[in-house]
Amino acid sequence: MMASRGYWLLIGGLAVVTVVLFVLSLALGPAGIAFGESLSALFSGDGGPIVLIMQEIRLPRAILGLMTGATLGLSGAVLQGLLRNPLAEPGLIGISSSASLGAVLAIYTGLSAAFPLGLPLAALAGALIAVLVVQVLAGSGGVLTVILAGVAVSSFASAMTSLALNLSPNPFAALEIMFWMLGSLADRSMTHVWLATPFILAGWLMLASLGRALDALTLGADAAASMGVDLNRTRRFAILGTALSVGAATAVAGAIGFVGLVIPHLLRPLTGGLPSRLLPASALGGASMILAADILVRFVAPGRDLKLGVLTAIVGAPFFLWLVWKSRRDLL
Amino acid sequence: MKNGARQRGKGAALAALFTCALFSTLPARAETRPARVVSINLCTDQLAMLIAGKGQLLSVSAIARDPQSSAMVKEAEGFPVNHGQAEEIFLQKPDLVLAGVYTTRATVGLLKELNIRVEQFSPETSFDDVKASMRRMGSLLGQKARAEALVGQIDAELDRLKRLPRSGKLAALYYANSYTSGSGTLAHAALEVAGLENLAARLGIQGTASIPLEALVLAMPDVVVAGDRDYEPPALAQENFVHPAFRALIEHSGEVAMPVRNTVCGGPFTLAAVHMLRAAAGQELVSR
Repeated sequence: MMASRGYWLLIGGLAVVTVVLFVLSLALGPAGIAFGESLSALFSGDGGPIVLIMQEIRLPRAILGLMTGATLGLSGAVLQGLLRNPLAEPGLIGISSSASLGAVLAIYTGLSAAFPLGLPLAALAGALIAVLVVQVLAGSGGVLTVILAGVAVSSFASAMTSLALNLSPNPFAALEIMFWMLGSLADRSMTHVWLATPFILAGWLMLASLGRALDALTLGADAAASMGVDLNRTRRFAILGTALSVGAATAVAGAIGFVGLVIPHLLRPLTGGLPSRLLPASALGGASMILAADILVRFVAPGRDLKLGVLTAIVGAPFFLWLVWKSRRDLL
Repeated sequence: MKNGARQRGKGAALAALFTCALFSTLPARAETRPARVVSINLCTDQLAMLIAGKGQLLSVSAIARDPQSSAMVKEAEGFPVNHGQAEEIFLQKPDLVLAGVYTTRATVGLLKELNIRVEQFSPETSFDDVKASMRRMGSLLGQKARAEALVGQIDAELDRLKRLPRSGKLAALYYANSYTSGSGTLAHAALEVAGLENLAARLGIQGTASIPLEALVLAMPDVVVAGDRDYEPPALAQENFVHPAFRALIEHSGEVAMPVRNTVCGGPFTLAAVHMLRAAAGQELVSR
């Protein structure tokens, strides 16, 4: 009972933090609009500049921050549970970079201009291929295989992305590799929100339904099967859910690393190691982390369009090294 | 392979010879006229095409033929193009290479090591810079008279433009990737001469930097001058032009497309940009 109350406190606390960061993300920006004025402009109907800024620039940015962050946190928690690997994460195992490759191909060939849904669909296809490759390789080996396969998938996808951008005759394309590898929410619009939302929500539903099955999986695949968990269905849902949500999020915000790694690890001790409890907590934690990073990029170096992945890596990379260090000691 | 190496050796010797000849005759003659000039930078391409004598300019950079970047595509069709690679430049046996200060340093360094004379031009940030570059180009090419004539034309046109009434309207320069030009840029100088106020300069932006879409929308400028927006195929860099907030802004402000090629380098075409800007502000030119 105690654990349960502590858990609801945690969820409540994370929800409050997420809401506060969401509101801050709406209220802070280079235009320097007063707090009350900015929030009332959100619901105003007149077409003045402040209304335009709030409804068409800051609102989509905050919504995408929330959705991208929740997607990364949630899918990180699911992948770590499914592959029973503490290092599984969309960024590290190449799902984000493969989704980037799909999106890049759709945008720079002109497909997405002719057929807007082509953008999330192509990113989804890229993500799906990456999850399948990693899943197949992970099935046959241990902790190491997943990471090795992920490194290979991820560097291949990054190289192909950079090739596609280099070959584009558009002189700006080559520089956009930064966006696709590090991610940004600067000046995204409602169009991006509408494009990504259906896919992201569908992915969330599939991932969120896996809590019980992942709980059972912590006891091992055989035990889970004997408890009536359909392993194939679990696997299919996890793969498709990750591809849908990470694919769509990457298509509009670029590949953002480390969120899916750091957040589940930070929250796991607080959720008693139960995946069904970790999933919602990770979603909220991921959303908070991206919203906070996106607020920071506006103030650390305004006018320089700092990428989100830079900030998440500054937090995430030392954490990752610490994790490797710790697991190395465990192995010895 | 062998042949190439021999040719290169011969080329080096020739280049060394040319350079020696050039330097030894410099103080003796008032105006040396290099006979084999190669330009590897868009801005020097255009200046050289304007000022060089017939047959003096061997090749220009490939960008000079790119209609998005170059204001003198037609003229550039009349010259062979190079791609700024040290090897191909060297094989053309130039006695003078014209480059920008930001042109690939490795190439420039290599050419200098091969004893080829390289002259580098800084990007122009004002009409005075443009005139200075023209005069320098004139003396490097031994075409001072042609350069002076060009400077005279520009001065006359500037004088005429500066006497016209200023509208003082607020104009925002807005390029791909949300970039804008603040004070200390040629585009800013063009706005000044056109009698407009540059929003970026008002916001304290110096040089070329990005401007948040929020700041642009909040300022509600009278004219939005959009550059670079029609590159094909698409890139994210142009998404700022289809952002709903930008669309709503230009419904209010009105948009004029000003090709970046007119202000990226200085020349008579920069004055054409001034004309475009004046027309955009609703101030037609007073007839000559």
